Amino acid sequence: MVNISPKYKGSFLRPLKALSHLFREPVTLPMEPRPAAENYRGFHLNEWAECIGCGTCQEICDNAAIRMVNVPGLPSDPAKGIKPRRPAIDYGRCCWCALCVDICPTGSLALSREYIHVSRDMDTYFILPDEKGMHGLGFEKGWAKNPDSDLLDLDRQPMEELPVESRGDNFDEIVKGFDDQTALIEASRCIQCGMCHEACPANMHAPEYIRAIWDGDKERAVREIYRTNPFPQVCGRVCTHRCETACSIGRRGDPVAIRWLKRYAMDSVEADRIRDIAGEGRVTEPTGRSVAVVGSGPAGLTAAFDLAKRGHAVTVYESKPQAGGMMRYGIPEYRLPYDRLDADIAVIEAMGVEIRCGQAIGSDVSMAELREKNDAVLVATGLGQARSTRVPGTDHPNVASAIVLLDKVTRGEEIDLPGPVVVIGGGNVAFDIARSLARLQKRRDGAVAVTLVALEERDAMLADEEEVIEAQEEGIAVFNGRGPRQVVIEDGAVRGLETVKCLSIFDAEGRFHPMYDEQDVVLHEGAMVVEAIGQAADTGYLGDELTEALEWQRGRIQIAADGRTSVDGLWAAGDLVQGPDVISAIAAGHRVADSIHAQLGAMARA
Amino acid sequence: MRPQNYRPVAHPPSHEYELYFGPNHPGIEGNYAIRVRLKGDVIQEAIADGGYLHRGFEKIMESRLWIQNVALVPRICVPDPVPMEDSYARSVEALGGLEVPERAQWIRVLMLEVSRICAHLFTFGGNAATIGLYTNMFWGVSMRDLFLDIFEEITGARIYHMYITPGGVRRDLPPGILDKLSAVIDELERRAPEFDDLFFDSTVVMNRAAGCGTMTQEQALSWGVTGPNLRACGLPFDLRRDDPYLVYPELDFDIPTETAGDALARMRVRKAEVQQSIRILRQVIARLPSVKGPIRCPLPNPLAWNVPAGEAYARAESSKGELGFFVVSNGGDKPWRVHVRGPSQMHAVQVLENLLTGARIEDIAQIMFSLDACPPEVDR
Repeated sequence: MVNISPKYKGSFLRPLKALSHLFREPVTLPMEPRPAAENYRGFHLNEWAECIGCGTCQEICDNAAIRMVNVPGLPSDPAKGIKPRRPAIDYGRCCWCALCVDICPTGSLALSREYIHVSRDMDTYFILPDEKGMHGLGFEKGWAKNPDSDLLDLDRQPMEELPVESRGDNFDEIVKGFDDQTALIEASRCIQCGMCHEACPANMHAPEYIRAIWDGDKERAVREIYRTNPFPQVCGRVCTHRCETACSIGRRGDPVAIRWLKRYAMDSVEADRIRDIAGEGRVTEPTGRSVAVVGSGPAGLTAAFDLAKRGHAVTVYESKPQAGGMMRYGIPEYRLPYDRLDADIAVIEAMGVEIRCGQAIGSDVSMAELREKNDAVLVATGLGQARSTRVPGTDHPNVASAIVLLDKVTRGEEIDLPGPVVVIGGGNVAFDIARSLARLQKRRDGAVAVTLVALEERDAMLADEEEVIEAQEEGIAVFNGRGPRQVVIEDGAVRGLETVKCLSIFDAEGRFHPMYDEQDVVLHEGAMVVEAIGQAADTGYLGDELTEALEWQRGRIQIAADGRTSVDGLWAAGDLVQGPDVISAIAAGHRVADSIHAQLGAMARA
Repeated sequence: MRPQNYRPVAHPPSHEYELYFGPNHPGIEGNYAIRVRLKGDVIQEAIADGGYLHRGFEKIMESRLWIQNVALVPRICVPDPVPMEDSYARSVEALGGLEVPERAQWIRVLMLEVSRICAHLFTFGGNAATIGLYTNMFWGVSMRDLFLDIFEEITGARIYHMYITPGGVRRDLPPGILDKLSAVIDELERRAPEFDDLFFDSTVVMNRAAGCGTMTQEQALSWGVTGPNLRACGLPFDLRRDDPYLVYPELDFDIPTETAGDALARMRVRKAEVQQSIRILRQVIARLPSVKGPIRCPLPNPLAWNVPAGEAYARAESSKGELGFFVVSNGGDKPWRVHVRGPSQMHAVQVLENLLTGARIEDIAQIMFSLDACPPEVDR
C-alpha cells in the first residue's frame, strides 16, 4: 500500500510551462491517410467465388445487419450446396464484431483495412460486398478467417465400428451408431444453414431433426424425419447422404454426420412410439378408392405409405418372398440388418398397407386384372435384371451376376464357391458382392481370395469411399483402371479374368465409350467371375398390350414429372424409370403418391 | 400506497429555484441529468435523473446468443470497455466450466490495464475541463489515442474491441506489439510531469478541488462506493488483490490510497493508479513472451451452444470500481437473465445526490466527474 503523501507544491507559474508546447511538433498527425492495423475491422469483403450463400453470417449477426440477397446470374447447385445469394450489409446496423467472419463456413468473408465512408446518400450504407471492397480502392484484408477465432467445429465425432478382425467372417452390422454423448456433440456442430435440405432428393428436414437431437427431444426428431421419409432406419444406414456432400461445414472440415444422426434418432426411440408418430395425421375414414402398387422397393412402399395415410386402400404386390426390394435382396446385412428394414416396413404396414409377397404379376395376377380392380396402379419394380459385359467366356456357368448372388445370400441359399473370385465393377453393388463373398470364403476357408477390377481410377470410383477402404481392409484386392477382355477358360474351368488397361472411359461427347491399351494385359486368376456392371429393367410382366400402349424412351417407360405414364391410371416410379439410389426412389414415391392422390380426389369430385 | 421514491409536487419558496441540469452538459460522460434545487448558488437538494442512455442492455442480452453478447457488453461503458468483456466472459466461463488458457489470461490482464490507463486519462482530461482547464483535456485524449492505436493492432478495433470471448480471447497478439506498448508507456511516463504541472500542481486545481465533494470512509461504505472513490477515503480495497482473478496474484503492484475523500484525493488516487498500471504492464510485457499455448479453449458451435443451468457472478476492478456480471442460465442458448453491477450506479445516484447537497452550483460537474460516474452503467 502506498500512501500518496500530500505534497502541496502548487504554483500559479507551473501551468505556464505548457506554453513550451507552442514550439513543439504538433501531436495531431499530418492529414495524410493512415494505414490501418493488420487486423482492422473495416468494411466487409466477400470472395464471391468462395461464398456459397449459406446465410450463416446472417444467422450469427447480432444486429440483423446482414440480409441474404438473391443475385441473378450466380451459379446455383443445390446438390453441391451452392445457393445464388450473397450477404448484403447494412452499415446502419453493423457493429463490426466480425462474428460473421469467424463463423463463415467457407472463409469467404473478411473485413478490410479501410477506415472511412462518408456520404449523405443513405443508400450507400447498404452494400453487397464483393472482393473489391466498399469503394473498390483495393484495401487489403484486415480481420479475416483465422484458426484462433474460428467458431466452427470442423472435426466429426468418431464412429465406432466393428474391427476388421471380428467382421471378416460374419454379416454383423459394422457401424455401431452414436451413443447419446457423441450424437449430442455431433448435432451441435450443425449451423442450420439448410443446404442439406435442398440437396436431399426427398428434401428431408435435416436441420430440424438435428436441432431436435441437440435439444434432446428424440421423438421430435423422429417426427421431423417421418415428414419426408418412411424408410429412416434404412436411410440412416445406407443412404448415399447427398446432404453431407452439400453440408457447409464440409467446405473446410468434415461434414456433419447427418446420416448417422438420423440413425441415432431412430435407434433411440421405441418401435411403438415410432409407429404412433409416423401415423400422426393419418386419415382413418376410408376414401373408398383403391391403389395397386407393383413392387415393394422404396419407391413403391413410400407411395403406398403416403396413400394409405390419406385413407386410400393400398395393396402392394411383391414377387419375392419378402418385401423391401433391393434394400433386402441387394444390400448385404452387414450394412443394413434385415430387422431394421423390417421395422420400417412394419410401420408402413401399420398405416394399413397390405403387402402380398410371392405374387408375381403376369403369372399369379395379371396386369389387366390389377388395372380393372383398382382406381390407380403404380409400377415400381426397379432394375432386377443383371447385365453382362458380354466379353468372351461370360456364358460359362461359373460366371455369375452380382444381383443374383446377392439375392441368394439374402435367402440364405448355398453359393458354390469353386475358388478365388474376380469381381468386375467399381460401384457399390460390386463391393457388396465382393465383400459378401469374401465373408463366405473366410467362413469356409479361413482366408479371402477376392479380386475386384474397376474401370475407373481410384479417385473416380463410383462406390462410396468407405466401401473401398473397408473392402481393402477385409483383404479384397482392388485393381483400378482396367477393363475386362475375356474370361479365360481352360479345360472347361474358369482360370481367371484377362483385363486390359483403360485409357479413357468417356468419349468427347461424354458418352460411355471406353478406350483400352490392348498391349497392357493382366490375368487375374480366379475360379469364378462375378459381373457387377449394372442392371436393367425387366418389364415383361406388363404384357404385350400395355407395352405397346406405353410410350418409351431409351428402353425406359416415359413419365411426366409427377410419375404419370402415357396410359391412363398407370404411374411408374423408382429405379424402373429413374435412379439411382434409395432416397431418390423415396422422393419419386412421394411425387407419384401426390399425383395419384390428386387424381383420386378429382375422381371423387366428378 | 405510494412508491418508495414518490415525491409530492413541491412548490419551492420564493427565494429558492429549481434547475434542470443536463442531460447535455459537457461535464458529464454521456447523457445524464440532475434536478437541483438552489438557494442562491448553494444546492439545497439534488435528484439524479437518469434514463437518457437507457438501451435495455440487460434485456437485450436475454435475446442474444451467448457469443453475440460479446459484441454488446463493451458498449455499456465507452471509456472502459474491457472489464465489461472480461467480467461477462468470466461469468459465462464459471457457468460453463470453461478453462481459460494461461496465455489468454495474461493477454486479458494486459488489455484490462491498458483500458484502465485510457479511462483514467479520459477522466483527468474531463475533470480538468469541468473547472475550465481545457488543455488538459486535449492532452489526456491525445495520450489516450496512442493507447487506442495499441488496441487497434491487437483487436482490430479502437474503442469497442469485442475481443475477449468466453474461453479466452479472439486473436493472439500481433508480433512486435509489446515493444510498441513499451514505447507508449515510456511516452506516458515522460509526459506525466507535464500533467502534474498543468493539473496536479496547479493552484487553480487545488483551490477548486480540495475539499470539494468530500465523503468519509463510513459514508462511502454505506453508500456502496467502490474503486478509486473508496480508496480516496483511505480504504485500500481492490478486487485485483482482495478477490483476485486471472493472473493478478502473480503480479506485484500496490494499492494507492488517499485520506481526504475529496475531488482532489480521487484524482490523485487515479494518477497513482496509472503508475501502478504501468508497473503491472511492464511485468506483463516481460512475462508474456514466455507464456506459450492456446489463446482460447475450444468452444461449441455458437449457434448451438447451451450453457449449463445455474447462476454466476464475476466481478472485476474496473477504472470506476467493482464491475460485476450476474448471469443466470436456464440451460439454453441465451442467458435467462443478466444483471450488470455498474459501479457508477452508486456513484451517480445516491453518492452524487448526497455530495451535491450543500455544494455550489459551479462544482456540480466537477463532483460528478471526480466520481468518474459513467451514466451508461446506470442505464443498463
